Amino acid sequence: MNTMTQKEERPARPQPVEPKRAFALPNVNVIETKDGYILEAEMPGVAKEGMEVSVEENLLTITGRRQPEPSGNLVHRESNPVDYRRVFELDPAIDSGKINAQIEQGILTLNLPKAEKVKPRRITVN
Amino acid sequence: MTSLRDEVDSLFNLAFGHLVGAKPENGQGLQLLEGWFPAVDVYEDKDNLLVTAELPGLKKEDIQISLDNGNLTLSGERKQEEKRQDADVYRSERWVGRFHRSVSLPCRVEAEKIKATYSEGVLTVTLPKAEDAKPKQIPITVK
Repeated sequence: MNTMTQKEERPARPQPVEPKRAFALPNVNVIETKDGYILEAEMPGVAKEGMEVSVEENLLTITGRRQPEPSGNLVHRESNPVDYRRVFELDPAIDSGKINAQIEQGILTLNLPKAEKVKPRRITVN
Repeated sequence: MTSLRDEVDSLFNLAFGHLVGAKPENGQGLQLLEGWFPAVDVYEDKDNLLVTAELPGLKKEDIQISLDNGNLTLSGERKQEEKRQDADVYRSERWVGRFHRSVSLPCRVEAEKIKATYSEGVLTVTLPKAEDAKPKQIPITVK
């Protein structure tokens, strides 16, 4: 099964990196239909501007940066005040040029269509 | 049978009750393990309390807010989406079902002036403090 299994962050490479930061893993739902995959990730507190979706080789990375916190003294906290990030390995059948993303009320929805050539098709027998 | 069930419930509460706020004496036991528990933060400034809750992907009609005796209660439900035909599920980490959170407010508030907004999947409730709960400056007179 070479489908959208989650992959650990890649090992650090010698390149200038931003200071090491912690990320929270968003909860996701992933389903596969005959036309492609649909991925939904929960990122409450992230607006469209804070959303970043990238594909590099066969890795899909979603990053969500939170809006600034409200002012005032924090009396009680349960939320995890870090940005979200999660990396997925893409099924090679996905046409990465046709991925589309939208975010609504903290849910990022990605449509990952399969390339035409791998879609199941029925061949009519004459 | 009842006693066995009670025993199982109390074991569950013993093991997981602290995670879900279940109280062994309320007899609801296992039912309380259903549903989900959105993260709630509370902020305070001079004039207001601010309660935020992470509730991604809801509709505002699905969220209820009530104030009773100094407790602010947020509740509602995320409905199970219609099952898609011929879809295979690879990951299903998002919670569905009812949620219920209660916050005991640290001071009195003006119930009529509470406001709530919902954006980016975060519910924000602004509760103006009652006049007698606001910090006061006491002027000093020099004689």
